[in-house]
Amino acid sequence: MLRIEDLHVMIGEKEVLSGINLHIAENETFILFGPNGSGKTTLLMTLMGFGNYTITKGRILFRGQDITHAPVYERARLGLGMSFQRPPTIHGLTTRQLVTLCDRGGATDVEGLARSVHMDTFLERDINAGFSGGEIKRSELLQLMAQKPYMLLFDEPESGVDLENMKLIGTTVRGLLTGSIAPKPETSMKEQRVKKRPVSGLIITHTGYILEYLNADRGQVLYNGHLCCEANPRDILDHITKYGYQECVRCLQ
Amino acid sequence: MDKIDLGAFRFNGSVLSEIPDLRQLDPSDRADMLMAGVDVEERERSGTYLQVDHGEVHCQSHQPGLELLDIKQALAKYDGLPGHFWTQVDADKDEFTRATAQNLHGGYFIRVAKGAKIPEPVQSCLFLKGDMIGQNVHNVVIVEDDAEVHVITGCSVAHDSKGAAHLGISEFFVGKNAKLTFTMVHNWADSTVVRPRTGGVVEAGGAFVNNYVLLKPVKDLQSYPAIRLNGQGAVARFNSVIVAPKGSYVDSGSRIELNAPDTRGEIIARTIASGGTIVSRGFIGGNAAPAKGHLECKGLILGGGVIHAVPELLGTTDGVELSHEAAVGKIAQEEIEYLMARGLDETEATSTIVRGFLNVDIMGLPKELKDVIDATIAESEKEMF
Repeated sequence: MLRIEDLHVMIGEKEVLSGINLHIAENETFILFGPNGSGKTTLLMTLMGFGNYTITKGRILFRGQDITHAPVYERARLGLGMSFQRPPTIHGLTTRQLVTLCDRGGATDVEGLARSVHMDTFLERDINAGFSGGEIKRSELLQLMAQKPYMLLFDEPESGVDLENMKLIGTTVRGLLTGSIAPKPETSMKEQRVKKRPVSGLIITHTGYILEYLNADRGQVLYNGHLCCEANPRDILDHITKYGYQECVRCLQ
Repeated sequence: MDKIDLGAFRFNGSVLSEIPDLRQLDPSDRADMLMAGVDVEERERSGTYLQVDHGEVHCQSHQPGLELLDIKQALAKYDGLPGHFWTQVDADKDEFTRATAQNLHGGYFIRVAKGAKIPEPVQSCLFLKGDMIGQNVHNVVIVEDDAEVHVITGCSVAHDSKGAAHLGISEFFVGKNAKLTFTMVHNWADSTVVRPRTGGVVEAGGAFVNNYVLLKPVKDLQSYPAIRLNGQGAVARFNSVIVAPKGSYVDSGSRIELNAPDTRGEIIARTIASGGTIVSRGFIGGNAAPAKGHLECKGLILGGGVIHAVPELLGTTDGVELSHEAAVGKIAQEEIEYLMARGLDETEATSTIVRGFLNVDIMGLPKELKDVIDATIAESEKEMF
C-alpha cells in the first residue's frame, strides 16, 4: 500500500527526517511512537504533501504510484486520508458542506454518518468553529468516512479527548480500517474479508489508548528523525511506559 | 476619486409607458434585472414596483395589507407624507440630495398596515436604460406596528450602458415590534455613478435587517445608510457583501445609533478587492445602556486592489458594550491545504473559501435570488485567482 524509501525531509534549514524506510502492506495498521519533536507529525505532513516540508532525498510510493512530488489533492484522490490534529476554522463553510465535498461522488448519507459519530447537531455549524478536542476528532472522522481513504493517517487520536469519546473514536477508527465485516447468511466473513477494499493505517500515539480498540500489526519508534526498534506495538508501549525513550537513544548510538 | 459632474447626465425626458406584464420586457433588460434579484414572472412576490429611467412603468400589490405606490402618487394621496418625507435624510445634505429634492422622478412608497405580515417579498427595481441618464428616486418604506415585510430591491443598468447616474433617497420607518428586511442587490456597469442616501428609524421591539450585495463593477459608488434605534429592545443588522473588480471605486458603510436601552446593533461587512478600491466603513454609537453593538469588517485582496477598513465605535454613556473586528488580508494557506487534503484542487479549495467568506447564506434569501448571486460570484471569481 505505502512504501517510503530513504526519505529525507527538511523544514526550513533543518533536517527533520533522515533516511526513513517504511513499508505498510494492504490491510495493515502501523503504529508510530516517539517523543515530542522526533518528526512523527512531519512524516505525516510530508506523506500528505503539505508545503513547508521539503523532500531532499528519497521517494514515496502509494498504491504503486510515485507521489513524492504530487500535489496534496492528487494524494487525497488516490486514497490518502488524514485526520488533522489542529484543523483550521473555515467561516461560512458548514460541516455538512465539507462532508459532502469529501465524498466526491456525492452519494454519502451525511446524516447517517454524522449520527454514527454524534455529529448530527454540528452539521449546520461552520467547520471547526469553537469545536472541542473530542468534537474536532469526531468531525475529522466524519470527513474521512465520507472520503473513504485507502490509507488512514491519524495523528494522536487520543489527544484532548475524554474517555467516553475515546471509545467512540476508537471503534470508528476500527470501522474505517476493517470495514463492517459481520457474519451474514449469504457470504462467510472470510469471503467478505477477501472482497473488501483494502484499508491500511498509520497512527501516531503517545498513550496507546487507541490500541485498546484496534488490531495494530506492527509498530516502530521514531527518534530524532530515524526509525528504530520494530516490534509489536503493545510491547513497544510497555517498554516506553517502563523505561521511557532512553533505551532508544542507546540503541541508535 | 474625480468629482461627479451631474451636468453630464440627462435628468429629464425619458419616461416610458406602463408595462402591465413584466414578461413583455426586452429579454436583455430582463436578464439584467434578474441579476439584480428581480423575478419578472412575479412568482413568490407580494408586489412589484418597476421604474425605468425617469418614471414608474409597473406598480402592483398582490397582498392585502401591503400598499405599494409610486412616490408621487403617495405624496398626493397623503398630503406630502408629513412626518416621513425628508425626515430621515437631510434634503440639503449635498448636491445629490438637493438634485433629488428639486427634480423627483419617482421611487416607491411601501406601507405595511399594522399587524400585517406579508408572506412573500415585495420586489422593486430601479432600472437605467438610456445612455447618460441621471435618475433621481426617493423611496419611503413604512412598516407599521407588529407588521413584517421583506423588500428586495434591485438596481440595474442596461448591459450596454455607456454611462448613468443613480441618485436614490431611501427612508425607513419600522414601528413597534415590526420587522423590515431590506435586501438590495446592485447590478451596475463600469460607467455608472451611484449616490444612495439612506436613513431610518426603528421603534421599540422593532427589527431592521439590511442585506447589501454588490458583485458587479461600478465606476463610483458611495453609500452610508444610517439607522437609529430609538425604542427599547430595537435591533438592527447590516450584512454587506461587496466585490470590487478593476476600475471599481466603492465607498460603502453602515451606521447604527443605539439610542434606547436593550438595543442591539450588528454590522457585518465582507469585501473582496479584485483590482478595485473599497473603503469599508462602519459606525456604531452607544448612547443608552444596556446596549450592545458589534462591527465586523473583513476584507480580502485577491488579484490587486485596495481595501481601507474604517471601523468606528462611539460610546457616550456607562454600560454600553461595543466591539469590532477588522481584518484585511489574504486566504490562509492552511485553509487551502486542509481542503486539498480532502481532494479539492487548489481552485476548488480557494473558491469554497471565498464563498464561505462572502457567506451570502446568512441573508436568508429566496432560492432563485441566491442562485443568481452564486452564479455571479462564480463569474467574478475569474478575476480573483
